[in-house]
Amino acid sequence: MKILVNDLHKAFESRVRLGIMSALAVNEKLDFSALKEYLDVTDGNLATHLKALEKDDFISMEKSFVGRKPNTKYFMTQAGKTAFDEHLKVLEKLVISHKQS
Amino acid sequence: MNNEQDYIRDISDIRSMMERTTRFLSLSGWAGIMAGIYALAGAFTAYKFLGFNPDSVAYDTFVVKGYIFKVVLLALLVLVLSVGTAIYFSKRRAAKRNEKLWNPTSRRLLVNMSMPLIAGGFFMIILLSKGLTGMVMPVALLFYGLALFIAGKYTYQDIRTLGIIQILLGLLSSYFIQYSLIIWSLGFGLAHIIYGIFIHAKYEK
Repeated sequence: MKILVNDLHKAFESRVRLGIMSALAVNEKLDFSALKEYLDVTDGNLATHLKALEKDDFISMEKSFVGRKPNTKYFMTQAGKTAFDEHLKVLEKLVISHKQS
Repeated sequence: MNNEQDYIRDISDIRSMMERTTRFLSLSGWAGIMAGIYALAGAFTAYKFLGFNPDSVAYDTFVVKGYIFKVVLLALLVLVLSVGTAIYFSKRRAAKRNEKLWNPTSRRLLVNMSMPLIAGGFFMIILLSKGLTGMVMPVALLFYGLALFIAGKYTYQDIRTLGIIQILLGLLSSYFIQYSLIIWSLGFGLAHIIYGIFIHAKYEK
């Protein structure tokens, strides 16, 4: 049991970060404003969490211009996908083992 | 983050975020119910007061032009009323769910539905201009059904079934042109109403 709990990735302890990863897991790319709307957080808060995930190499971004406005799109990296899948698996296992005990 | 409740909540949060960011879930059942009622009223008016009831594929364009114009206007009125009502109820529902009506998921839904709808719309105009009046209602059912089938990926999945029903009715009415007004009323009227009630009961309680 103990080992399992430790397997939960620290990066996903934050609800905002877990939300970002869930949204990016099923969407190819999402821009900042879309993420902000889905998560219902402030600009600063979202930016901090995005930076943290970027530092972990779980997400990456690409900058472009829509007209003259800069637009940043975020997407999940392969490492992010692997880590998120692992996290999900551990969560499921934890729930199942709790049910059995 | 140490007990079962936390893990279960995490999993359900993940699931709901995945769903919320891929599907537009503020579509209201009332939109379907009202669209069905408008369609039935429109079909009745066209039949009773405009004598519209095609029984063959082609008509002489010059003879029918006048009254077909009225039927087209009536159809456009039904369309505008239906879309307007759908926007009204969906907006109300989105507000209740603390979402905006115009968001990435609703945009994606509209963009994907618009392709078959625009293609179908132009096809119907061409058919009318060639005097192929009898084919217009089957084509409306077919292309609308295709749009709904695609929509099932971007909103409630149940919409797919409604799409399949409209497609089947479209094919049926293209073969039995003499019953096409009745079949059109079944598709755009009755099927909408039944589906609206179903969506309302399933998701809006």
